[in-house]
Amino acid sequence: MSALAALFEKTRSENRAALIGYLPAGFPSKEECIMGIQAMVNGGVDAVEIGFPYSDPVMDGPVIQAAADLALSNGTGASDVFDIVEATVKMGVPTVVMTYWNPIERYGVTKFAAELARRGGSGVITPDLTIEESASWQQASTAAGTDRIYVVAPSTTEKRLPLVTAQCSGFIYAASLMGVTGTRTSVSGNARELVARIRETSSTPVAVGLGVSNKEQAHEVASYADGVIVGSAFIRQLQESSSIHEGLEKVEALARSLSEGVRR
Amino acid sequence: MSASTQEAIGHFGPYGGRFVPEALINALDELEAAHISAMADPAFQFRLSELHRTYTGRPSIITEAKRFAERAGGARIFLKREDLNHTGSHKINNVLGQALLTQRMGKKRIIAETGAGQHGVASATAAALLGLECVVYMGEEDTVRQSLNVARMKLLGAEVVPVTQGSRTLKDAINEAMRDWVTNVETTHYLLGTVAGPHPFPTMVRDFHRIIGVEARQQMLDEVGRLPDAVLACVGGGSNAIGIFHPFIDDASVRLIGLEAGGRGVDSGLHAATITGGTPGVLHGTRSYVLQDANGQTVESHSISAGLDYPGVGPEHAYLHDIGRAEYRAITDDQAMEAFSLLSKLEGIIPAIETAHALAGAMQVGQELGSEAILLINLSGRGDKDVQTAANYFGIPL
Repeated sequence: MSALAALFEKTRSENRAALIGYLPAGFPSKEECIMGIQAMVNGGVDAVEIGFPYSDPVMDGPVIQAAADLALSNGTGASDVFDIVEATVKMGVPTVVMTYWNPIERYGVTKFAAELARRGGSGVITPDLTIEESASWQQASTAAGTDRIYVVAPSTTEKRLPLVTAQCSGFIYAASLMGVTGTRTSVSGNARELVARIRETSSTPVAVGLGVSNKEQAHEVASYADGVIVGSAFIRQLQESSSIHEGLEKVEALARSLSEGVRR
Repeated sequence: MSASTQEAIGHFGPYGGRFVPEALINALDELEAAHISAMADPAFQFRLSELHRTYTGRPSIITEAKRFAERAGGARIFLKREDLNHTGSHKINNVLGQALLTQRMGKKRIIAETGAGQHGVASATAAALLGLECVVYMGEEDTVRQSLNVARMKLLGAEVVPVTQGSRTLKDAINEAMRDWVTNVETTHYLLGTVAGPHPFPTMVRDFHRIIGVEARQQMLDEVGRLPDAVLACVGGGSNAIGIFHPFIDDASVRLIGLEAGGRGVDSGLHAATITGGTPGVLHGTRSYVLQDANGQTVESHSISAGLDYPGVGPEHAYLHDIGRAEYRAITDDQAMEAFSLLSKLEGIIPAIETAHALAGAMQVGQELGSEAILLINLSGRGDKDVQTAANYFGIPL
């Protein structure tokens, strides 16, 4: 059984959703990124999503853009992403990479999947890879035994939805709204409906992302989804702190609060 | 749709396709369906050709540049005068087509990206004509170097949003327009200005610009009695080039030559010559050549011409390059400005700096082919917008 499958089996048995935390690799620096992930895990994050910072992140709002810019100016590249994956796996949580497609293609599709598996990573979220362009990725990820996580959106049609969810393993990433990443004052009502539509097509666990930032929102999403994904809110704790120690304390506190939220 | 360069819908050999968030797929499918049905609808074609005739001023003429030709090996040189179109460049062809499609899809708002401002001005113009709301994303750096066009867009009733992310140029304006589109896709059409982006944009934008080559091909037969030996055009994203190239693709005797922005030289790293100096990759929703580093990060481009200052290129050009049907060369800033000056002084036509790259290419190709040759150049835009840049370059006090 894959690490993600085992995680969702465990959280289901505990009558809660899994809390999935996101940080971009190399933000605010390589070492501090690993410290930030440790703080998330200490606070109760069940799985970690590591972003491969990219120069043209069209799915990301201002918070993740700024974090990715900083990571890129630190010179963050593929080897750093894999190092951080390895460090996170050692913390005992399933670890996935979230990346736009071009860095994978540039690194080498087969090589990327193989290296991720070698470092203990569970899978990859590919927000701009359509199923139509996925032939090489399906081959490479299947060979490496890593999960393929596609993003589905409220606008995904009835006809298309089963085609996408059939390609997913580990979990299905449901975008809660039409828009980019970033915190919102409320979670879109579209999310609940989308999760219900997904469940009619697939038994793979569903995690909801985009716009979740606090315990109340996490609790609401956990009432109908298998996983709650939080990214920008963690990044903001680090961006808005005057020292790394303050930032790490706030990250851990947010993780603790969110992990209470995901219990039903 | 021509089948001559397309192996499968939306692909040009290994290039093209769709690399976009799932949220946009439905809108792209709707757009593809609207495009296909419009191209086959006589009422749509009638409305578009009526606008071409009564608004844009088509067909655009061809002009023989006899004095300029003396500097190009004596070859006969003909200019396809897209600079005489309303709004001053070829961009209006695509904009009117997509604006009519926007109405056809029942949408009321268009967004556009712009580098030099030509596409933004054309979009604002079409929005004014058809009563659409228009928001133009423009890199903050470009709003400074093209401030006149910012004012024009505002006068036309458009909102101009300066983009402060990343390199603050065209590439980042496209990113920001994509983010707007993901958020507002139900009400909004993204009026992309070049033959790049996800399918159906490369095919659709090409179809709206093919009129350039269709007219020019017939004009050459009527005026000269034969096809040209070579057709030349500047290439940034590649819309004016594909527009004039495409109707000549099946004419094996006609060389197709794209001139990219070589900036301070391809070896200097400060250039925007994506095919000449780039590698295959994915940018802005399509697979093509890209200026990128070892980690797949997009590298900033450089050109004296804001309209060519883009680290990607249309996927059909990548394919035409790989199969050897078209050739691509780099022209430096200095070579382009020399041609800019020559055409102004020898023909009384001030070209856009983008277009000057094609003119500099013609000077090389004319020397290579000799005085028996006939060259056709797409004079894609006029240089009014570039007066300040050119004055600075040539040291003319303002």
